[in-house]
Amino acid sequence: MNTKRVRFVQGNEACALGAIDAGCNFFGGYPISPSSEIAEQLSALLPRHEGKFIQMEDEIGAMGAVIGAALAGAKSMTATSGPGFSLKQENLGMACMAEVPCVIVNVMRGGPSTGAPTSPAQADVLQARWGTHGDHPIIVTAPTTVQEIYHESIRAFNLAERFRNPVVLLLDEINGHMREKIELCDPAEIELWHRPKPPVDKNWERPYERNEEGVPLIPNFGTGSRFHVTGLDHGLTGFPTGDPKIRQALHHALIAKIEDNRPLILKNEAYMVDDAESLIIAYGSTARSARRAADILRKEGRKVGLFRPLTLFPTPEEDILRAAAGKKLIVVPEMNLGQYVLVLRRILGRDIPIIQVNRTDGDPITPDQIIAAVQGR
Amino acid sequence: MVERYEIRLSGAGGQGLVLAGVILSEAAAIFDDFYAVQTQSYGPEARGGASKAEVVIGTEPISYPKATQPDLLLALNQQSYDKYAGDTKKNGLVIIEADSVKPPASTDFRLVAIPIIDLARKKIGREVVVNMISLGIIQELTQIVNYESLEKAVLRRVPKGTEDINTRALKLGREAAKEFKEE
Amino acid sequence: MPSKVYNYAEYLRIQYIPHIWCPGCGHGIVLKAILRAIERLQLDKNKIAFVSGIGCSSRAVGYVDFNTLHTTHGRALAFATGIKLTRPDMHVILVSGDGDATAIGGNHFIHACRRNIDMTLIVFNNYIYGMTGGQYSPTTPQHSFATTAPYGNVEPPFDICNLAAAAGATYVARSTAFHATQLDKFIEKGIQNPGFSVIEALSQCPTYYGRKNRLRTPIDNLMWQKDSTVSVAKSKNMSAEELSGKILTGELVNTSRPEYTHLYDELIEQVRGLPESEEI
Repeated sequence: MNTKRVRFVQGNEACALGAIDAGCNFFGGYPISPSSEIAEQLSALLPRHEGKFIQMEDEIGAMGAVIGAALAGAKSMTATSGPGFSLKQENLGMACMAEVPCVIVNVMRGGPSTGAPTSPAQADVLQARWGTHGDHPIIVTAPTTVQEIYHESIRAFNLAERFRNPVVLLLDEINGHMREKIELCDPAEIELWHRPKPPVDKNWERPYERNEEGVPLIPNFGTGSRFHVTGLDHGLTGFPTGDPKIRQALHHALIAKIEDNRPLILKNEAYMVDDAESLIIAYGSTARSARRAADILRKEGRKVGLFRPLTLFPTPEEDILRAAAGKKLIVVPEMNLGQYVLVLRRILGRDIPIIQVNRTDGDPITPDQIIAAVQGR
Repeated sequence: MVERYEIRLSGAGGQGLVLAGVILSEAAAIFDDFYAVQTQSYGPEARGGASKAEVVIGTEPISYPKATQPDLLLALNQQSYDKYAGDTKKNGLVIIEADSVKPPASTDFRLVAIPIIDLARKKIGREVVVNMISLGIIQELTQIVNYESLEKAVLRRVPKGTEDINTRALKLGREAAKEFKEE
Repeated sequence: MPSKVYNYAEYLRIQYIPHIWCPGCGHGIVLKAILRAIERLQLDKNKIAFVSGIGCSSRAVGYVDFNTLHTTHGRALAFATGIKLTRPDMHVILVSGDGDATAIGGNHFIHACRRNIDMTLIVFNNYIYGMTGGQYSPTTPQHSFATTAPYGNVEPPFDICNLAAAAGATYVARSTAFHATQLDKFIEKGIQNPGFSVIEALSQCPTYYGRKNRLRTPIDNLMWQKDSTVSVAKSKNMSAEELSGKILTGELVNTSRPEYTHLYDELIEQVRGLPESEEI
């Protein structure tokens, strides 16, 4: 056993370890349950790796510092939970608009408002997609196991950098605080994606000109190109504009950057789906209950499968349609009152019955609850 | 070892039950090479309040991480016994703190009552080691992990300078359980 | 002494001018003072990050030829903190308004002062929210009029320099658009100060503040700046009665304290390359 790279850690700790292995060198945060272990770990790890950690004066400032650091070239990250995620939304939108790569971890807890700080929930799923004002591009991913949190933490940085976009990593109080054994990657073998480089080193005056993937070629601050970054509608120079054609083109380009690269972004898992008559669709820690339910039902001879989207947004529509094709029943358990199911209902229409299993009392959805739903009880 | 073995450790906040859960599951996952998951639930208090740590150990990957029908319950106070004893699996094992929990007249689980707090005070001189004594008891009664693995996990997780007191407490728990078995 | 000829064009993005400021606005005067300070210090344009929030003053960043960042309302200092921590070698200069810096951005303001991070903030204080149409701000004098203070402002104002000094800024100075040649000297010293510097520049908004408060013309406003202020040096020989209602100009704080990015670099030196903890 290679003890050096095997760890028995919480999901939050795995998230921090993944960030370090992805090359994260800036964290700006503010204490909030149940995410604080991520800040605690990175306050210890970052200076050892010559990175910077700062505990800002509030959640809004933390998000601002993360964006500033990213513009200056850092691989930049913050972590928060419900109320803090709400506070970060304006600056998160600025990062979408100005196309600044950054990773935002939301360890979900009960809401609305202060809600249940120490209890799990999956109540911020649609906020993760639509939290900031205006049409905007976003990538949202929701890992299930502690090992997967480590890998998704690395992948979140890769996606953020390659597409110059904020990536929201959704954990919850269960898998954020849960401890499991994980194996860390050999740092030499980790594939890292980088933000696209501008074509020349001398003054590059068109920072918002895009590469073939639709990603702008924005230099880092202080590297010889002097350009403007703003949250206002802007043209290829980055300077604000009132020209309707340029504004419309910008808004389309922002969305296309994510939509056109779906094959590079989407990730999901189909478990015993092919011959299944009933299909459970679950994500995050609830997918663990769903998998247990599927295993128990299979042992009883019932044909049940599990489809588990890791990338919640952009939504893997084709994969969901393929997994659901011909099924007699879809069961969607979520620790909220029915959020991702709205997305699924839009995709799947009315032909297949969809049963929701929802819970917001602070306890996880049990395998028994899901089994009962599949059995029509 | 079975495919899935569920353990619930319950008592008051500050009794070190989360650390006990971490040590037990780390012993299983890192040193005994089983699958193990540890979870917890807690209130806003850093000390006091109710505390619960759960460990699921097995020979197969563990999907659902929480205990639904524990094979083993540790209850260090009456409140947690009253709340959780009913969930215990039929013929499961319930370990109670003898001076804190009133033993029921009859049960359909195996009941073990040991004065853990009293042992900690009198034999170690520190109540803080109640969690380590409890781990020693659990190991002896269930053999769910190896004693050596448990001791290694203790040494990895306890603060520097407290290794001796904690391993002594672990051993004390094992001996108390042995005595209980002989009675 | 022959006066130096400044090459403002060297520092401007001429293609984006004319600017959006009203005729008679004081912000252009303050911006020019900043550019004079930068030219005198011969700062490398590539090494300047020029950061702002939202408001009239914050539009200044679009017109200057540096690494420029126009952030969200009140948050410029937070963004700039991330830049400075990532690139301690860069000169980070911020422009902000009275509302941007001390209302919505008040928390970032006091904490940037407390950290003493090496950045220079120039607050264009014109006593009003200009861009949104003349609402009262945290510096609007009591009893003054604004579009949201139609019967006179009920609230007492902040003194930006006192706030900065109390929160720990290591260089604090105040001047005005009228005293433009004094203003650029304070900005120059602020940029040179290896810590957090706040320069409050009283500016004028004839369009909203002036029109509501009997300072209709730009000249009226500039004369008000001249007549309402008294230098720190002169104030020492004045009675409390004579100083009543006067605004102090000059250097109010000029001290030194360990700077944040240096302290963090020292921390890195201590812990760099420590073996990975076995606990995690």
